[in-house]
Amino acid sequence: MTTPSRYWREIPQRYRLEANKCQSCGTVNFPPRLVCPECQKRDLVATKLAEKGKVISYTIIRVPPHQFIDQAPYAVGIVKLDDGVNLMAQIVDCDFEDLKVGMKVRIEFRKIFDEGEAGILCYGYKFVPD
Amino acid sequence: MEGIVGYGAYIPRNRIKVEEIAKVWGADAPSYKKGLMLEEKSVPSPDQDTITMSVESAKNALKRAAIDPVEIGAVYVGSESHPYAVKPSGTVLAEAIGATPEVHTADFEFACKAGTEGMYVALSLVRAGEIKYGLAVGADTSQGAPGDALEYSAAAGAAAFIFGKEKVVAEAVETYSYMTDTPDFWRREYQYYPQHGGRFTGDPAYFKHVVGAGKGIMEKAGLKASDFDYVIFHQPNGKFPFRVGKMLGFEKKQIEPGWLVSKLGNTYSGSSPLGLTATLDISKPGDKILIVSYGSGAGSDAFIFEVQDRIEEVRNLAPRTQQLLEDNINYLEYGEYAKFRQKIKKAE
Repeated sequence: MTTPSRYWREIPQRYRLEANKCQSCGTVNFPPRLVCPECQKRDLVATKLAEKGKVISYTIIRVPPHQFIDQAPYAVGIVKLDDGVNLMAQIVDCDFEDLKVGMKVRIEFRKIFDEGEAGILCYGYKFVPD
Repeated sequence: MEGIVGYGAYIPRNRIKVEEIAKVWGADAPSYKKGLMLEEKSVPSPDQDTITMSVESAKNALKRAAIDPVEIGAVYVGSESHPYAVKPSGTVLAEAIGATPEVHTADFEFACKAGTEGMYVALSLVRAGEIKYGLAVGADTSQGAPGDALEYSAAAGAAAFIFGKEKVVAEAVETYSYMTDTPDFWRREYQYYPQHGGRFTGDPAYFKHVVGAGKGIMEKAGLKASDFDYVIFHQPNGKFPFRVGKMLGFEKKQIEPGWLVSKLGNTYSGSSPLGLTATLDISKPGDKILIVSYGSGAGSDAFIFEVQDRIEEVRNLAPRTQQLLEDNINYLEYGEYAKFRQKIKKAE
């Protein structure tokens, strides 16, 4: 169960892909961190992830968590974004036989799931073919 | 000079053909196709709604406007299918494009006219000098009751417009609105599907208001039908826009570039705004464009735009509307469509 407060805390990442970048070693952290996990420096500046990339791996989910039952089967992929960051999300608007490692994708704003008939609607990023 | 500084469209990839719907209800597809001039309509995926399509169309508008979203002072979403009964769609949109927190946001609702309402208010606030840029979106994922004539047309799509005084793509030359209380189409609270007055939705509703607004704005601006290069009318079906065009003295070729309904369906609050995006896509500097929306209940908003030189720089910065209509199409069978639109009763 996603509480409204947890969903709300993640809005900058889920809606706008807000990250931060270490000025010392160049590592991009998503979600943003206070301390760079690579060089332990605290010299981090806000940035946004690239909205395009290439699929480096994917799978088809046929037995999903309960919030995603109506969407199954669906594809989930790891995408190397144009800024070098690897990001995992659903890949939609693509027939499974057309999914390929190396295919170009871009971010689209979609509904991720809803909390039943009466709960909040949770929005965020998915990949679509570019 | 005030006007549109950026525009963008969004259309989901799923379609359902008139034949596929007619087959289920034992209806005669050829007579629907001929009578309503409809071929197929767009259908949202289960993960798409008015909010997601608003965000994508607004992102396309931002690409063309090439402005900093923080400078947007107003964000309006017009729709009759806001995903929440209580909680604004506009706050999600404003947050997703990065326009928060110094922004005025509101949701509009007026059957198929809510999109142009937002456009009118955003433009007026720019004119008044209250805001630098204003964003207005018309978006809908409308539902027609299963088996009803509306099921053949009720579709999904969104169009977004950013208004401002600098970097204008199409100057807003004139505006005009025409309203009366006319109960031709409605949906009561807690009802899933709308009801309509059948043939009553024609003459006393659509035609009276579109003609009223069309004539009114042309008189106000001192222009006649032949002064315009293009005209866009609300498109509840394929026939109405051509019929009302004829009544107002327009020719087919002025209507056609913005006439998307046969392949798109009626996108309600997105209908005439999407027609405007498709028309801007093919327009040249100096072209005059008239748009007249229609919303049941009932009323029409009309705008006259004059296309500026900047159109040439911006039109290819985001996908063209015809391209969205043609690319990566996925045809649905009725069963998938019924699942996508949550028309199937499941166990609790």
